[in-house]
Amino acid sequence: MTDMKTIRAPIRGDESFAPIRGAVHSSLTHDSAANHVTGRAAYTDDIAEPAGTLHAYLGVSEVAHGRILSMDLAAVRAAPGVVDVLTAAEIPGENDVSPTGKHDDPVFPEDLIQYHGQPLFAVIAESRDAARRAATLAKVEVEVLPHALDPEAAIAAGYPHVTEPLTLKRGELAEGREGAAHRLAGRVRIGGQDHMYLEGQISFAVPGEDDTVTVHCSTQHPSEAQHMVAHVLGVPSNAVVVQVRRMGGGFGGKESQMNLFAAVAAVAAKRLDRPVKIRPDRDQDMTATGKRHDFVVDYDVAFDGDGVIAAVEGSFAARCGFSADLSGPVTDRALFHADNAYFYPHVRLQSRPMKTNTVSNTAFRGFGGPQGVVAAERMIEEIAYALGRDPLDVRKANFYRKGRDLTPYHQEVTDNVILRLVEELETSADYRARRAEILAFNRENPVIRRGIALTPVKFGISFTATHFNQAGALIHVYNDGSIHLNHGGTEMGQGLNTKVAQVVADAFQVDIDTIRITATTTEKVPNTSATAASSGSDLNGMAALDAAEQIKARLVGFACESRGVAADAVRFLPNAVAIGDEVVPFAAFVKQAYMARVQLSAAGFYKTPDIHWDRASGTGRPFYYYAYGAACSEVEIDTLTGEYRVLRTDLLHDVGRSLNPDLDRGQVEGAFVQGMGWLTTEELWWDEAGRLRTHAPSTYKIPLASDAPRIFNVDLVSWNANAERTIKRSKAVGEPPFMLGISVLEALSMAVASVADYRTCPRLDTPATPERVLMAVERLKGQGA
Amino acid sequence: MAHRTEIRFLLNDREVVLEGVGASDTLLDHLRLARRLTGTKEGCAEGDCGACTVLVGRLQDGALRYETVNACIRFLASVDGCHVVTVEHLSPRGGALHPVQQAMVDHHGSQCGFCTPGIVMSLYALWMASPRPTTEEIETALQGNLCRCTGYAPILRAAQAVHGYGTPENDPIAQERAAIEARLRAMRDGRRVVSGPEKNRAILPGSVDDLAEVLAELPEATVIAGATDVGLWVTKFLKPIGPAVFIGHLDGLRQIAVEEDAIEIGAGVSYSGLEPVIAEHVPHLAPYWARIAGWQVRNMGTIGGNIANGSPIGDTPCVLIALGATVTLRHGQARRTLPLEDFFIDYGKQDRAPGEFVESIRVPRPATGQRDAAYKVSKRRDEDISALAAGISVTVADGIITDARIAFGGMAATPRRAPGPEAALLGQPFGAAAFEAAAKALAQDYQPLTDWRASAEYRALAAQNLLRRFHLEHADGAAARVRLSA
Repeated sequence: MTDMKTIRAPIRGDESFAPIRGAVHSSLTHDSAANHVTGRAAYTDDIAEPAGTLHAYLGVSEVAHGRILSMDLAAVRAAPGVVDVLTAAEIPGENDVSPTGKHDDPVFPEDLIQYHGQPLFAVIAESRDAARRAATLAKVEVEVLPHALDPEAAIAAGYPHVTEPLTLKRGELAEGREGAAHRLAGRVRIGGQDHMYLEGQISFAVPGEDDTVTVHCSTQHPSEAQHMVAHVLGVPSNAVVVQVRRMGGGFGGKESQMNLFAAVAAVAAKRLDRPVKIRPDRDQDMTATGKRHDFVVDYDVAFDGDGVIAAVEGSFAARCGFSADLSGPVTDRALFHADNAYFYPHVRLQSRPMKTNTVSNTAFRGFGGPQGVVAAERMIEEIAYALGRDPLDVRKANFYRKGRDLTPYHQEVTDNVILRLVEELETSADYRARRAEILAFNRENPVIRRGIALTPVKFGISFTATHFNQAGALIHVYNDGSIHLNHGGTEMGQGLNTKVAQVVADAFQVDIDTIRITATTTEKVPNTSATAASSGSDLNGMAALDAAEQIKARLVGFACESRGVAADAVRFLPNAVAIGDEVVPFAAFVKQAYMARVQLSAAGFYKTPDIHWDRASGTGRPFYYYAYGAACSEVEIDTLTGEYRVLRTDLLHDVGRSLNPDLDRGQVEGAFVQGMGWLTTEELWWDEAGRLRTHAPSTYKIPLASDAPRIFNVDLVSWNANAERTIKRSKAVGEPPFMLGISVLEALSMAVASVADYRTCPRLDTPATPERVLMAVERLKGQGA
Repeated sequence: MAHRTEIRFLLNDREVVLEGVGASDTLLDHLRLARRLTGTKEGCAEGDCGACTVLVGRLQDGALRYETVNACIRFLASVDGCHVVTVEHLSPRGGALHPVQQAMVDHHGSQCGFCTPGIVMSLYALWMASPRPTTEEIETALQGNLCRCTGYAPILRAAQAVHGYGTPENDPIAQERAAIEARLRAMRDGRRVVSGPEKNRAILPGSVDDLAEVLAELPEATVIAGATDVGLWVTKFLKPIGPAVFIGHLDGLRQIAVEEDAIEIGAGVSYSGLEPVIAEHVPHLAPYWARIAGWQVRNMGTIGGNIANGSPIGDTPCVLIALGATVTLRHGQARRTLPLEDFFIDYGKQDRAPGEFVESIRVPRPATGQRDAAYKVSKRRDEDISALAAGISVTVADGIITDARIAFGGMAATPRRAPGPEAALLGQPFGAAAFEAAAKALAQDYQPLTDWRASAEYRALAAQNLLRRFHLEHADGAAARVRLSA
């Protein structure tokens, strides 16, 4: 590592050197923006297919639970264009793609079907159309077994957990309850969410010589896809290359869910020695890949007459699906965020990761955290309605603050800015006056009712599995001065590559156009973590900076040696290097270094410091820092149909010292709307047979442009540099603003509550579809009468 | 005149002539697989996400008009004689970005970029139609485009800024308009086109009379107008559709006549095509009309198709039944006209004989004293299939209800009138009591189902409430708000 002190900062304001284009903290557009808008950005399905490419398609189960008695694939094999059929028997290595090594996630089941739509075999054919048609021709004889689709049914049926539950505990519930004047208990059901990335799952395997294969795969986690493919093929990881230039969206849906597709493409490609592509249609993508976990949360909260919480007990049962997948860490994170921004003096939280006969649920932006936050906010609302107070006052009364700053997992909240942030938003959104106006509006209007809510979010940053908090990068400076940048993170639209390139441009003080951003590939940076947990820039930015600093140190050494100066005489100016009074253009200086045989390539590495977590005792510092935000939303509901509009939303979000304010703002806006969609119109609906019936955009409704708030004000906090030494003191931004969407749910809740004069906290489960809103109105009307 | 066997169209700047195009071949597959024009994406293959949006320009009554369509469910054969414009046509490689594209870049309108080409095409069409669009116009133009990343705010900002980057008059399509019209005109030979293998035959009749002849010969053929439903039979259900008779290109079916007492609508008129007439002559339907599907589907889908399809959740039948519409069917040279409500017999069964086709729909213009409403209830406001929908027309004379026509969609196996509520209203004073009685009477007529769009309980309750709303909206001196903000 370079000693930072030996390199002086570039001289700003030097007349002869315009600042570089694309430095950190500047709002550069996405590096692929021009390619996006022209259609030239290549996604996996756009890669030109070599002659002889075959296409795979999955044949799936038509029952939710059952034993396979026989599988007659003769008609499949005989169908036009069919070249091969893969079943469990054709898997050369391990028939398992469990991301956590639990061996509970077969590529194809040998005898037990565990959900409706589970892949049973793959057809390989000359065209995708031929493979699709043939895949419908199997005759599968099944002994049908009883099934349980949701956590409540699973508990009733005595189903097991898919993974070890977690308990977080601090203080003594009995003690907290004893001193509290009030106590209430309730249950909230929180729906799941499909990722609905616009580019579906896809893998394209090209066989190489010996046991090697290259897989082009739409994935957030190339290293895992690599390891899974190796494992399923029964070859070492060094035989498999996985690469991805970009995804058409990921949101967590390509953290582990690509495994099966990558494995099928690779197995077929090696068996047949021909390139094989697999791309499910949207229906199959949605039925055969996991989603955000639904939760059923039972809460019991004790509080005093001011609404200050004394004790919280919570049980978090999740629909995990048939296997563990990432349900362990997801349900853990639900508990980690069941406090949101509130101090619970006495607390006991328990997860119940239930096995169900549904597709195995997985990562999705927020990773269980949003469900925890919804539960926390529901408790606040309960307290507010019980005491007849403005929920915002109850929120503020319970915020973490000095002396009340220990989380249920015993991490101290040291970087807390929630009160200041919320009060700024309260003022800028004119919350109090608008709330008064709304109360008046509701008195005058029996049919249309309005609601407003201001909700906070505090979100812990770091993978809770500590070992994932590491990253690598690879930088080559070519002898013409151009720079090749590679790192382990993946680009799914968030602008990670742009931000990391800004870090490198800033380090070398070269225009960002000097830097070539390249596809993520397991050949260049090994053993990477998923681009997930909002960590992409934090981890990969630091790793890239490390690589850049190594090369810079060698350049400085060369300058000192060749000019006979001390290191502090060498400065990186915009697109130039100054050695004493001599100024050499960057490219020319690099050429000189090359001629002097200086190594111009470096692998960088980073691991997050200071974090630790002991799951058994439920204590530690799982998070390096917290990101904060707040949202104020106003809605209008139609009490005749339950339909609604979001009239106005104001967001204020903390991204530390932003690496790229415009890209961060884009993340905040996008996450809010996605979070709002989760809680409003996005409904996963299974029929009694266990078939998901909302499995394409025709039936599964994500927000449209016309669903976004009519007035939408978005601001980033400008005053809060990260207290920790993160990359340029920025903060992660991918997930935290997702939870700002909860303001819409709570505003709907207020509008509903108005029909019974705000005396009762509405039982508004999510997603709060028009139907749920109307039915909640009806229940309250019944009470009011 | 011998039949033509090849499909001919303009694709961006070149003429394409294809032999052997089958009925079920889609435009999207042709673009991506045969032409490697991979800028157009497949997101859902059901016309709901817009990632495959392209423009199709066609001559109608001599004028060239470009519209956005979903290439995924647009059949290749149906672009015969059209100009297909894909995102690749907007800016030359190495050249400057198109104004729409540059605005999208500068305003961070793309994140993952997968929906972006489709959004660019929708905004391109919008810019040509309305260079300085209102927010509402932009949202309407984007009803058929899903973006999962941005939350749309930057796209809206980009759309509002496009006019600062260039004017439509300077756009290549505008500049070359005369030449393109001439080339398309030259392609129109009025001949019947018969293309593709026998089992997957695509037939494009040369005229409406020719259509009548073709269907008389092939009474079991699949009739395809906008393909917004038939497209899914192919892309989602892998159903064979041959022989298929395409009718979307027939000007003779796309005529609209606004007469003194009625509006006569050709079966091939698209939702978009009828929109100006709705706005002017049936204004109560205008907001409802804007909530039918998304822009691309409204450009493709036809009134005749929505009716002939017979779906219980089609958006037009219930509102047209309430208005007293009739439908004219034709077989060969024979025509018959029946009330629209009588056309729907049962689920999947309509009063259409083999070889017969829907030729036109006649909608009486509202009479004096008639109060009309059209309501759609869906999970999502725009581009969603109705959980339920209603058309209500009530005539009042001297405060007494003298006629009531009420029809619901989504409440039964067919779009159907509500005799119970109608009877409850007839002869009663126009007031809350009558509509309360009508609401209570609904249960006699409908036993709705529970499905993924709504539960039976919700449908029943919301349907009752729509009758209550009708009263609130049409009662004299109503002050309180009864509808959501626009």
